[in-house]
Amino acid sequence: MCLAVPAQIISRDEMLALVDMDGIQRSVSVMLLPDVKQGDFVLVHAGFAMQLIDEKEAEFTMGLLKELAEHGSLPE
Amino acid sequence: MAVYPNDHIQKAAAFFTKEIDRLSKRPVRLMEVCGTHTVAIFKAGIRNLLPEQVELVSGPGCPVCVTPSSYLDTAIAYSRQKGVIITTFGDMLRVPGAKSTLSEQRAAGADIRIVYSPLECIDIAKNNPMKKVVFLAVGFETTAPVAAATIIAAENASVKNFFVLSAHKRVPPALKMLLANGDVNVDGFLLPGHVCAITGESPYHFLAEQYHIPAVVTGFSAIDILQAIYTLVKQIETGEALVGNQYKQVVKPEGNPHASRILDQVYGKADAVWRGLGKIANSGLELRSNYTSFDITNDMPIDVPNQPEHSACRCGEVLRGKITPRECLLFGKTCTPEQPVGACMVSVEGTCAAWHRYGTWRWQG
Ligand code: SF4
Ligand code: SF4
Repeated sequence: MCLAVPAQIISRDEMLALVDMDGIQRSVSVMLLPDVKQGDFVLVHAGFAMQLIDEKEAEFTMGLLKELAEHGSLPE
Repeated sequence: MAVYPNDHIQKAAAFFTKEIDRLSKRPVRLMEVCGTHTVAIFKAGIRNLLPEQVELVSGPGCPVCVTPSSYLDTAIAYSRQKGVIITTFGDMLRVPGAKSTLSEQRAAGADIRIVYSPLECIDIAKNNPMKKVVFLAVGFETTAPVAAATIIAAENASVKNFFVLSAHKRVPPALKMLLANGDVNVDGFLLPGHVCAITGESPYHFLAEQYHIPAVVTGFSAIDILQAIYTLVKQIETGEALVGNQYKQVVKPEGNPHASRILDQVYGKADAVWRGLGKIANSGLELRSNYTSFDITNDMPIDVPNQPEHSACRCGEVLRGKITPRECLLFGKTCTPEQPVGACMVSVEGTCAAWHRYGTWRWQG
């Protein structure tokens, strides 16, 4: 039930935003995340944007994976 | 957005598996709290990758599974009242009450509608001004703010015929209860990423501070989960206990304060009954006095007789990680995803359903 999926904000009109969810467009409420703007990635659950997906952190995680793949160890 | 390249994933998975194997010197039990983790663990075959001594058990991580049958009986009773439309997330439909399910009531003519978002209920209410629209408000801290926001939206739109039948639950008190009772023997927790997206990680600090049990907030890919298991095993072997966050792209230390504020505006803490676990202090949410006009049990009180749950179903023990589903005599026989006896077999994220769907290698052999 608490399944949440990533989506990107295409446009925003007051408390509603149009998002792209894996190619499907959908209108979601931004009542729980009022500061989002066009282009942001968000996590969507039950028709609401729940949280911003922090791209820097996502890249950081990817960097760790890359490091692991190349050196076979994690930086301490 | 970041997508992990395939060869990196495979190499990282191999690294974590090898390290877990190398590090773990004694039997450990790790509990995944969230049902979405349970399903991800099965789908990725993670149990197969782990050494014998690392055991994964499922906890009370699905709001559908922990909703008591008395709640379903009440929802069913409302669905039989004249002029009532029940709205609900789809997974509630087949959850067994004492004698019936919402799905059976629907087949018998009750007006029960599945919604993707509770916001749809406001339109249903506007389109049916002579009826009462009752949303079955269940879910943990991920879902509860959504119901709270919908109530505020209904109030702003002066919609007077929208109500909730509320059974929201909070995860931390349930974990505390499991540990305080001493009846689960768990060495580490995988914490539910989407619940923590709202609450942050601080409500779980007590695990390390009071019980010296490490815990990691984690995401839902195989690599996220393997990394979390690695972190836990490493801490357990060195005697450390910290509450960590490996899902920083989504879970901020403070969670989503705006959503928490909206939740807090509409709901206050209350005791709640969990299927199989009984009453847990402060583990539920009830509408605050300003919002009780949205409570259907206030607007239209009805008497629902108390009936016992199916006696042979062992969901209670499954939810506490005390037995695996296949230790239940009904598992796969009388109780299947098509014909569930207990709630853990209903939701796709329910532990019994996950074992049934993906766990054949285990229960056949
Ligand atoms: S409903 Fe599902 S996603 Fe939510 S906690 Fe359950 S099992 Fe996790
Ligand atoms: S297998 Fe069915 S009856 Fe047994 S514990 Fe699970 S849900 Fe209950």
